[in-house]
Amino acid sequence: MSAHLTIQQAGPAMTLQDMGRPGYRAEGLTGGGAADRLALYEGAALLGQKPDLAAIEMAGSGGTFVADADIRIALTGAEMAANIDGEAVVWNASHLLSAGAKLTIGGARNGSYGYLHVGGGFDTPPVMGARSAHMACGIGGLLQSGESLPLGADKGRDVAMTLPKPDRFGGGRIRVVASMQTTAFTPETIDRFVTTTFRRDARANRMGVRMDFDGDGFATEEQLSIVSEVVVPGDIQVSGDGAPYVLMYECQTTGGYPRIAAVLPCDLPRVAQAQTGAEITFEFVEMAEAVALQARFEAELKSLPSRVTPLVRDPADIRDLLSYQLVSGAVSATANPFDEET
Amino acid sequence: MSDWPRIQTVGLSGLLITFAAAMSEPANRAALSFRAAVDAQDWPEVKETSTSLVSTFLEVDLATTPAESMEERLRDLLQSQDWFSAPLPAGRTLWHVPTVYGTDLAPQLEEAARVAGVDPDAAIKEISTSRVRVLTIGFAPGQPYTGELSETWNIPRQQGLTKSVPACALVVAIRQLIVFTNDTPTGWRHIGQTLFKTFRPDKPKPFTLAPGDELLFPAISRAEYDEIKTKDTSGLGGATHEALT
Repeated sequence: MSAHLTIQQAGPAMTLQDMGRPGYRAEGLTGGGAADRLALYEGAALLGQKPDLAAIEMAGSGGTFVADADIRIALTGAEMAANIDGEAVVWNASHLLSAGAKLTIGGARNGSYGYLHVGGGFDTPPVMGARSAHMACGIGGLLQSGESLPLGADKGRDVAMTLPKPDRFGGGRIRVVASMQTTAFTPETIDRFVTTTFRRDARANRMGVRMDFDGDGFATEEQLSIVSEVVVPGDIQVSGDGAPYVLMYECQTTGGYPRIAAVLPCDLPRVAQAQTGAEITFEFVEMAEAVALQARFEAELKSLPSRVTPLVRDPADIRDLLSYQLVSGAVSATANPFDEET
Repeated sequence: MSDWPRIQTVGLSGLLITFAAAMSEPANRAALSFRAAVDAQDWPEVKETSTSLVSTFLEVDLATTPAESMEERLRDLLQSQDWFSAPLPAGRTLWHVPTVYGTDLAPQLEEAARVAGVDPDAAIKEISTSRVRVLTIGFAPGQPYTGELSETWNIPRQQGLTKSVPACALVVAIRQLIVFTNDTPTGWRHIGQTLFKTFRPDKPKPFTLAPGDELLFPAISRAEYDEIKTKDTSGLGGATHEALT
């Protein structure tokens, strides 16, 4: 029998997410998948498994969970207060969750989306090739209290591993390239767009994040009547009220609003994770620089497993010291662990 | 035609080939045919392709594939024929979708007819015999934008939104018909009701329609509608289909 993780109490906006469901844009379905893709790679590195396994995405706050077998978990993304049977556990790390022990995850201290990964990933039946919920299209739905999720076979053993603390949670500078209708905006409007300090609006979800700002809207010169056109995650569309929206992975496949710019994929996790009110600015980069930045990001993703280190803790603080795997195997510095069959 | 078609990058996500500034039958035909031609090339860099009303999109990771090399290949392919008069791709399907016009199921038939300047019977007669093409699929999964109807139906969307029009509704505006995937707030007028589901995620083939497919919406009575509703388990709502050759 496979292990199960039961959600005793579900937070208000928890869904199962993975790398999404590509290949259906022509039929009107966007890929969807985790809002913060980087968190999936971090969870995979911490557990020594592939990044395409499904994890629980928790928007704003978590819930309480109990497993029916000893399982490995990892916690990534926005930092949330977490404990196992009352003992605080470190975020951005992997842990052992013993059978029957209660994992409690509270509200986000920074960022917007926290992730709960399990060794072997969640093994729910795939729908059209993926396990991620696509709320906008009615595939899957919010995870509910009482729901019990099956886990895949876990071939890893290490727990109490961690990664350097990520810093993508406070908004900041977001790199963009020109998009389809950038030239339809006046140079003055573009100039104002890159000099304005935006704030992440409370109106934000898995489809898009609205940018709040003071002053006039960012309309195109004449009321631009553009024919409905393809939309990709990262597009910044300026809707009727003049506010920029950064479109996320669950956006629609087409849209009729002008796109002022497109966020580099490597900076999308920072947009997804910015908390309400966090300050955001946009900076245009040339295509060649964008390609270099994205390539560097992808190289960093590949190197994540080599950056995993054991959690340093005072052994006197560890109540269940004997349950830990204290000696683990050697790792190769050159192999790409994501390519290995785990 | 010197400005068109136009090739642009879309962020780092791919390339867009746009055939016109506004919707037209030849530009839509060009987008559909060009997509089929790109698919036939089977370029390994292309992850997926799609069309919107007048454009073809290729998803390509521009961080690993230089845009220039793709643009060059696309220009060569564009120059290989006149896409605006290209035959439509093979493998398309013609659908007959039983539809109740008007009644309490579709309360805006009379209003739409009035805006179009025809009487309701003439409206039903024309729309139920107009063969339309899936111009693009979007907004919701599987949801077709079809056209083009005659110039009579070049009517604007209404000013205010109808709070919710039910799934499988047939709605009209700007010479196009849509069958809604889900209950939707809309400015399009609700003139007919079908039981035709365009997205069935639990089926092996979840999307009923593909861009380029054609549809007819023959009129049925309320009694026939009720009977289909009781008996249909496929989700196709009594629709039949045949291969287009």
